[in-house]
Order: sequence, then C-alpha cells, then structure tokens
Amino acid sequence: MNIRIPRRKFLLAAGGMAAGMVAVTISKAAAATEAEMKDAIGKVVGTSIVTKGKVTLDLPPLVDNGNAVPLSVRVDSPMTAADHVKAIYLFNEKNPLPNIVTFRLGPRAGRASVSTRIRLADTQTVVAICEMSDGSFWSGSVNVVVTVAACSEDR
Amino acid sequence: MARTLITFPANARRGEIIEVKAIVAHEMETGFRHTQLGEAIPRDIITHFTCGYNGVEVFSATFYPAIAANPFISFSTVATESGTLSFNWIGDNGFSVTETAAISVS
Repeated sequence: MNIRIPRRKFLLAAGGMAAGMVAVTISKAAAATEAEMKDAIGKVVGTSIVTKGKVTLDLPPLVDNGNAVPLSVRVDSPMTAADHVKAIYLFNEKNPLPNIVTFRLGPRAGRASVSTRIRLADTQTVVAICEMSDGSFWSGSVNVVVTVAACSEDR
Repeated sequence: MARTLITFPANARRGEIIEVKAIVAHEMETGFRHTQLGEAIPRDIITHFTCGYNGVEVFSATFYPAIAANPFISFSTVATESGTLSFNWIGDNGFSVTETAAISVS
C-alpha cells in the first residue's frame, strides 16, 4: 500500500518535528541550573529590583582552560561613605553550584574593582550582582565559550 | 603552613588608592570529583578571605568551589596611615593562614 503525502507537506512536518525536538532538549539541559542560579540570586536580592548596568564584568570571550579563568569585575561608583558598593556577588549557570564568590567592600576600598581566577564547567553566562549602600542592586553579565572544562579529567 | 604571596606598594602617599594582590597555595578540592574507583573526593576549599588595615576590616570574600586552585585575589584600598595590613584565609579541615605586611604612608 502506498500512502501519498505531498512532498512539501511532508518536509514541513518533518522539519517542524525536528525543530520541536531540538528546542525541547536544549531547554531541558539548560533549565535545571539556570533555575538554580535564579534561586541563588533571589536569596541575595530578595524582592528588590535588579537593574542592568553600572557593573562591568571582564572575562575572556573564549576560554581554553576552564580550570583557571581570569575574571575582573568593576562597578561604576564614587566609593564615598555616602555612596559606595557594599558587596559584589558572582553567579554562573552550569557549574555544579550557582555561586562563584562574594566580595564585601566599603568606602575604604577607594575603587570598586576586584579580580580573581575562577573555574567554569561549560560554555555559559556569568552574572555579577552588585549591592550598593543605598540598597539598590545592579547587574552585569557576560557569555563565555569554554573549550576544555574544569574537572573534566574524571568524566 | 601554606605558602602565600602578597604584593602592594610598601610606600604610599596619604589618600592614595593602592592595589593589593594576594595568592595562597591551596588545592581547592571541589568535592564534585571522584577517584578512579568512583569514590567521591571530599571538599577541601578555602571559604573566607579577609584583609585588615591596622585591625579594621577593609575587604573580605567568601569563596565557593568555583574559585580556581591557588586562589588569587586582587583588590584596592585607600592608604590612610602607616601600619600593617593583615591577611587571613580560613577553610575546610581547620585551614587557617594569617600573614601581615607593613605599609608606610607619607
């Protein structure tokens, strides 16, 4: 028996199915830890509104070795007793834990600029949230492509 | 006693913003790795770093396993007066290292 389906219809249907499957797998893979990152950020900011801006996150766009990635974060702030950065929180999407590091500084820092070296398990977005002395929250983020992930030796 | 390396200008003008860099030798075992036999390797990381300027805390950090081995940190502080900067790292399994260094401010 030969079922005749017009070629155009068949291709459209097949394409639609393929696209649907891809979309599903991607959202499944990314959702778990993206939600964890949102939870972790929620624990820090509570019900406050996080505004984009003021925070500059510096990371290499392409990382050869995820075991030690240089990271520096800068916040646009005069760092006076009345107006300064209280804390900078760093988060990621795809490491086993959403938190990376928390820095606490104050007017005696003079400049809101901190550097360190971090581990990245996968290609992902790194987010910096900054808490100001007036209680406002600001954020900055950057996408990083990782070719060799941290801790890959035991997988 | 873990080895540390701390750099900042030994002499500074009053009010000058100085950059401080500090490294401590530490494996920062994440707790997410396994041996070849499949046993989990327990977490052993540094969790806190603080910097004091003549006894007043001017900077601190909380580390998670996502910090690379031999944690490096660079930050800045205002040179207010001559005295000592103290650096303290605290971690799992009773890890604690304290270093001090002098600064002269003119």
